[in-house]
Amino acid sequence: MKPLILKDIDDLIIGSLGIVAFISFFVGGVVAIQTSLNMTSPIMPKYLVGFATRQSIILEFAPTFISIIMAGKVGSFITSSIGTMRVTEQIDALEVMGINGINYLVFPKFIALTLYPFVISIAMFLGILGGLIACVYGGYGTMEDYIEGVQLDFTPFHFIYAFIKTFVFAFLLATIPSYYGYFMKGGALEVGKASTTSFVWTSVMIILVNFLLTSLLLG
Amino acid sequence: MIEVNSLHKSFGETHILKGITTSFEKGKTNLIIGQSGSGKTVFLKCLLGLFEFEKGSISYEGKIFSNLTRNEKTNLRSEMGMVFQGSALFDSMTIAENVMFPLRMFTKQSKSEMEDRVNEVLQRVNLENAHNKMPSEASGGMQKRVAIARAIVNKPKFLFCDEPNSGLDPRTAIVIDNLIQEITDEFNITTVINTHDMNSVMEIGEKIVFLKDGLLEWEGSSETIFRTENEAVTNFVYSSNLFRKVRKMYLEENK
Repeated sequence: MKPLILKDIDDLIIGSLGIVAFISFFVGGVVAIQTSLNMTSPIMPKYLVGFATRQSIILEFAPTFISIIMAGKVGSFITSSIGTMRVTEQIDALEVMGINGINYLVFPKFIALTLYPFVISIAMFLGILGGLIACVYGGYGTMEDYIEGVQLDFTPFHFIYAFIKTFVFAFLLATIPSYYGYFMKGGALEVGKASTTSFVWTSVMIILVNFLLTSLLLG
Repeated sequence: MIEVNSLHKSFGETHILKGITTSFEKGKTNLIIGQSGSGKTVFLKCLLGLFEFEKGSISYEGKIFSNLTRNEKTNLRSEMGMVFQGSALFDSMTIAENVMFPLRMFTKQSKSEMEDRVNEVLQRVNLENAHNKMPSEASGGMQKRVAIARAIVNKPKFLFCDEPNSGLDPRTAIVIDNLIQEITDEFNITTVINTHDMNSVMEIGEKIVFLKDGLLEWEGSSETIFRTENEAVTNFVYSSNLFRKVRKMYLEENK
């Protein structure tokens, strides 16, 4: 089981860091620029750019929108890899050998995705860093103002809220795509359809659960 | 030996197997033949324990599968080897890792013992230099031989093959047929092969079971199949001119 878990950590977590880092950094930059451009009133303090970027990134962008991107990347990978094993009778081969296919294929992915908060932490850090660089080098504010905004009214519970969501989304990312892959029927065409369906349902569930958790924890 | 008694299997309203009773003998290559849709694959999957059936029983060397405990079923499965139609090799593992897989799952052998056994079976199927190849780098015939090696690595008592020759050229198909027969004789195992290939029927069919519409229509051997007057069998087996000529020649020679 250990080699399978390590392989899934490599495929699902390490393999996602590049795209998560890239998107987080540039979206963080865009959030900072948009906030700055929309602050037209001269009485609004410049540190609000850092404050708004931090709040957007920590509360919603990193946990929720990165999870939707991961539903496309990791979710499709899980569905298509398990679905291909179903189509090519590899799951039947496991069952003939008396091996529980769900335990063998899904459990390691579930364990690997418990490291998902690590990905989200990186997304948070790089999002805020991207905002800082866009703000300072784009001429929208000073580094001191941005850092002051990032530190302003810091509420530790917001981190707890973000990581509770992250753990729940990790569970959805491991289970929904695995279900669509494991129980698919048909051939290669159906593997593609199953991947699309799993992406749609994982995204829908992430959005709904996000609404529910936000209402419960912050409402 | 595998004994099947009055086996019934349905999917919803569709009755696929309608009471099959037969036996598959130890040390022999037993073939299941029949037209597409006759219930061959469902029958094989029932034999493998992949499908549950409504009525009837299957016993493996006297042990009735449905009466076994979960652990006993797992132990019995460790005594089965299966060669799937598409080989079903694990894509993410090398050929050697694929063959070693049942040993890792079912035995407590040391790594060197497992490696020795893998070398032995890969040598047996003439793939001694293919250890580190990935399944995608192997030809169809090589993949089938790896699947056979994986099926026999744990010294099974029962070997099941689902259309082992499909997609292979005639020469490779004969190599695979001969390999299966040699392994059956060498290890004295009960081999059950699901096939459409009439060459296999003539070459290695020590016992042949012909299914039609979910029923056992005829059973015999590669000798008696030449003499049968059963219309369903002759229509199926001798549907090509070549096999009609072969049969005619055989009957003339053995009057």
